[in-house]
Amino acid sequence: MKDKVGAVLVVGGGIAGIQAALDLADSGFRVYVVEDTPSIGGTMTQLDKTFPTNDCAMCILAPKLVGAGRHANIHLITNAEIRKVEGEAGNFKVTVTRRARYVDSEKCTGCGVCAQECPVEAIDEYDEGLNRRSAIFVKYLQAVPSTFIIDREKCIGCGTCQEVCRADAVRYEDKDEHVELNVGAIILAPGFEEYNPSLKSEYGYGRYPNIVSSIEFERILSATGPYSGVVLRPSDGKIPKKIAFIQCVGSRDETTGNTYCSSACCMYGIKEAVIAQEHTPGVECTIFFMDIRAYGKEFDAYYNRAKEEYKVRFVRSRIPKVEEVPGSRNLLVRYVAEGELKEEEFGLVVLSVGMRPPKYAKELAEILGIKLNKYNFCSTNTFSPLGTSRHGIYVCGAFAGPKDIPESVAQASGAAAEAASIIASERGKLATVKKLPPEKDVSGEKPRVGVFVCHCGINIGGTVNVPEVVEYAKTLPDVVYAEHNLYTCSEDTQKRIREKIEEFNLNRVIVASCTPRTHEPLFRETVREAGLNPYLFEMTNIRDQCSWVHIREPKKATEKAKDLVRSIVAKARLLRPLKKPTVNVIPAGLIIGGGIVGMTAALELARQGFEVHVVEKEKELGGHLRTLHYLLEGEDPKEQLSKTVKQVMENDKIHVYLGAQVVDVSGFVGNFKSKIMFNGEEKEIEHGIIIVATGAVEYKPTEYLYGLDLRVLTQHELEEKISKEEFKAEKVVMIQCVGARTKERPNCSRICCGQAIKNALKIKEVRPETDVYILYKDVRSYGFKEDYYRKAAEKGVLFINYDDERKPQATNENAKLKIKFWEPVIKTEVEIEPNLLILSAATIPNPDNKQLSEMLKVPLTKGGFFLEAHMKLRPVDFATDGVFLCGMAHSPKYIDESIAQACAASARAATILSKKALEMEGIVANVDEDLCSGCRICESLCPYSAIEMKEQTEEKRVAHVIEALCKGCGVCGTACPTKAVTMGHFTTDEIMAQVKATLVEEIKA
Amino acid sequence: MSFEEPKIACFVCNWVFGEEELATSRVRKAANVNVVRVMCIGRIDPVIVLQTFMKGADGVLLVGCAPPDCHFVEGNVYAELTVNVLKKLLVLTNLEPERLELRWVSPIEEVRFAKIIKDFTEQLGKLGPSPLAREKRDVNILENVLAAKNAVTNFRLRALIGKEKELTKSVNAYGERVSCEEFNALLDEVVEEEFIRHKLLLAMKKPFSVKELAKALNMKPAVVLRHIVNMRRKGMIALDSVEGTTPLYKAVEVR
Repeated sequence: MKDKVGAVLVVGGGIAGIQAALDLADSGFRVYVVEDTPSIGGTMTQLDKTFPTNDCAMCILAPKLVGAGRHANIHLITNAEIRKVEGEAGNFKVTVTRRARYVDSEKCTGCGVCAQECPVEAIDEYDEGLNRRSAIFVKYLQAVPSTFIIDREKCIGCGTCQEVCRADAVRYEDKDEHVELNVGAIILAPGFEEYNPSLKSEYGYGRYPNIVSSIEFERILSATGPYSGVVLRPSDGKIPKKIAFIQCVGSRDETTGNTYCSSACCMYGIKEAVIAQEHTPGVECTIFFMDIRAYGKEFDAYYNRAKEEYKVRFVRSRIPKVEEVPGSRNLLVRYVAEGELKEEEFGLVVLSVGMRPPKYAKELAEILGIKLNKYNFCSTNTFSPLGTSRHGIYVCGAFAGPKDIPESVAQASGAAAEAASIIASERGKLATVKKLPPEKDVSGEKPRVGVFVCHCGINIGGTVNVPEVVEYAKTLPDVVYAEHNLYTCSEDTQKRIREKIEEFNLNRVIVASCTPRTHEPLFRETVREAGLNPYLFEMTNIRDQCSWVHIREPKKATEKAKDLVRSIVAKARLLRPLKKPTVNVIPAGLIIGGGIVGMTAALELARQGFEVHVVEKEKELGGHLRTLHYLLEGEDPKEQLSKTVKQVMENDKIHVYLGAQVVDVSGFVGNFKSKIMFNGEEKEIEHGIIIVATGAVEYKPTEYLYGLDLRVLTQHELEEKISKEEFKAEKVVMIQCVGARTKERPNCSRICCGQAIKNALKIKEVRPETDVYILYKDVRSYGFKEDYYRKAAEKGVLFINYDDERKPQATNENAKLKIKFWEPVIKTEVEIEPNLLILSAATIPNPDNKQLSEMLKVPLTKGGFFLEAHMKLRPVDFATDGVFLCGMAHSPKYIDESIAQACAASARAATILSKKALEMEGIVANVDEDLCSGCRICESLCPYSAIEMKEQTEEKRVAHVIEALCKGCGVCGTACPTKAVTMGHFTTDEIMAQVKATLVEEIKA
Repeated sequence: MSFEEPKIACFVCNWVFGEEELATSRVRKAANVNVVRVMCIGRIDPVIVLQTFMKGADGVLLVGCAPPDCHFVEGNVYAELTVNVLKKLLVLTNLEPERLELRWVSPIEEVRFAKIIKDFTEQLGKLGPSPLAREKRDVNILENVLAAKNAVTNFRLRALIGKEKELTKSVNAYGERVSCEEFNALLDEVVEEEFIRHKLLLAMKKPFSVKELAKALNMKPAVVLRHIVNMRRKGMIALDSVEGTTPLYKAVEVR
């Protein structure tokens, strides 16, 4: 076999691809991201808000985009496609075609002058055709890379862009280019394509202007979209009073061939209705649905809020047809509700379109030699949810089946772990490490400030008189040099800044340009390369705060820019160098919980070369999986369990502690010390990270005679019975949502619908004559599980809907078990006498969670599951660095989803364990121990538990900052009654200097 | 109704006629014909032509050297492209495109200036007086012509006119020739877009809704909205206020 290569190819630069790339690059591998379109970011860049947190999609995505764009180990190859793959796991040769872009990415600064002057317009795909763009364009405002591209189809070659480009970046002679990549593993994240709603002609999409697809509606809702965030009817630009959302367009529909459920549409439909309300108070939103599939973490709570707070109306009805009302161009929706045919007019109709595999899926599969499923999504299986049919090639995101963002992100991290395990031996070999000159000692030197003011093309320079600001800066105290740049962030300006630091012996550097959030790290790096401490750099934002907000008032904008520069110079004079604390990393992990999830995480970490300690409280590994006898998709859980247990037990790097318990955890990321009770003794373990994989438990029902009548069982008990071949009932009733989606526990347990369908199908297999009734609130067989729901219905399983107002009732009269329920189709009360009543009992949090959360200082949700750092983009991280979660400890989920999260947690952990030492942020709090009174106020306020009390003398205890945990927010400093806490880089003196510099001049004026 | 003495503005290339021809031609002295001498007919900016119409000319006549002869190499070709765009615009303004004529005169041909004037006068005679020349001017058409003038003042159209010859007769930036049909189709699209956008801009000196604009401009509301979306992106107009369920837009004043 050929030598292994420490590089990975990621196909697709959407959120999944980016996450996989970041995790791999952060753990010592080189990553190539090949993206089909001109910029990375994928579908998420088009979304307005995201459920269930209503975060702005772009705001949470942008830091990841920038992070990927400037990562030394991530190479973005955009506007490109893969052509050929040869070789095997560990060493693939991939041929990539980079299509001509006609703009030099090294030179283009993204200023946009070319697009303003381009005489040719084309349909803007990013705005879903609701707007137009130039023939030379950038996909979206914050695009990474921000290099423009020429739409060769539309461009007439007039040469205007080349003439106006001051960076000399336009290259009409550009040609397609073939690139050969040598990688050890491949991750597929090509995403999905939206179902084309014009194929369902009965809805009139494309004929009636006021029918839009859900992705168009995202653009309509977006502040950067065609209507600037005001919901308008495309026919006449009026704000609609009533909006209808039609669900399952191109999903769960045999006429379209897409019989699967697209998984995300219920939630995005609800979100769009909620956001429409927020943008246009008073608009009435109605969602026409078959089942509301709010199965994810906290989704039902969101669904309930939509109903109660936002008054979104939900109507259970499949819409056969939509017609336009002539004149008003309103839309007439006919539907059946409560058994009656109704019709209602709406001003706007949104079609919640489903997800289809990417259009080049087949071609891709052929090139890669991987199998697709019958819908042309990538084929995977329950115990290997991220593996394709070819070793060394992994999949994540919607290409592995329709899914939402957090699931995609978890799969992406998981795929990164799988890819890394193939080439773990090559870690660090292809990763770039920068060499830096020693830091100059500037202490005792008089401040010598250099100011660099950015035109940002015309972005700033078109409004602010930049040369005037530069001349003004030169008059400020201690400023020894000032200049203006067309683009201060361009590569050649970085060189210039370094030269000027040298030439003028600058010891403070200021850039007046755009936002520090995106650009400060770049400039800090630049001054560091010139031998200055990175904290001797400061930045002020004259774009957002001057040229943008005062776009029509150039004089005022210029004056304000001067004020900001004066203020930041005042601060910069006081800046002091800060040290970035480093902590050594113990390359070992602690995994709490030895179920399939804990074992998977352990194996992944061990394969990546790290020691792992697995603590399981039971006497046996396997957890919840031990109770499963068969699976919906047909795999054998018993076989898989014993295989996994064997692998774990035989791995030298994995240390298993059975019947053990973690009793104490101290330390911080990279350096944890834990005590475990094992065999009656306390054992101490040192480790760099912690993974929580403690699972969840089945709710013991108190409803429906459970425990009182032996004929009432839970789904698990039924499964046990069937597997022991003891099942002989003639009539079975199953009741869904027992203990879930109630007042106390508003959220869905996600797996019970699948369990019920699994058991119903098994009954029909072992005893076809048995009658099975499933009483449900919504059948939540999302994704490809929908096929099993349909199969169950075909086999004669009866699905009957109930709601909270009319819950089924179970009675035991004279030893007769009777179930009474309302049958909504025939509108009558029905009573049956089943032999068995099966309760789909909720999955509830592990009772140990509370204690563990206190020990680890990590939060729980209201319901008692562990709460991750961010529901959308950090699904397996805790806010506390170095602590991760996965599986049912996070929320109820199926095995494949739990395994994906286990892999994800190990990938996230590997980003820490792969480093010898971690460099922490230098902006941290400092305690003057002489001033500290030991009052502990700071300790109680610190949101990161970064302050601990330590003994200074026998009688005095003082606050001590654990720098590795401090995030530099400054809350402690503000609260300290004796002013003993100071904040690096944001000292009171520095802040006051800024304030004075701003105000004094104003008073004078 | 035909009328005998239409007001004609006549731009003549300095080199097309000998001094003698112009001097002896009586038409020069005719009260209804104003001859403006230019160095080359390629000098006639489309803005000048439209302004001339706004000032009340019944017809505008451009006279230049017949290709391939041009004292300035190919100023005449450029004039032809300009007139092509102007005619497209005139159609949109509802002013008859026949009111604008470009005539070639070859130095080796015996074409009399008087004959050209006579023919054009006849042509205008059939059209009657310009709606902008009457005592009571047609304000709609006047506004249309103003919008057209603004459109050709703008970079986009001027750039296309300026590049047309190079792209269609020689090669473009990619070393390919753009077919005349393709270029003409693009011109049609751009002329219409720019004309509509500038009409909208003129209308939107005060706040207007999409529906009102559509009615005033006799356009489909959906089309008006599409333009508004585009113009907002370009910073030409802004949302002014929302009345009930109707947003009102207003032109952004250029500083």
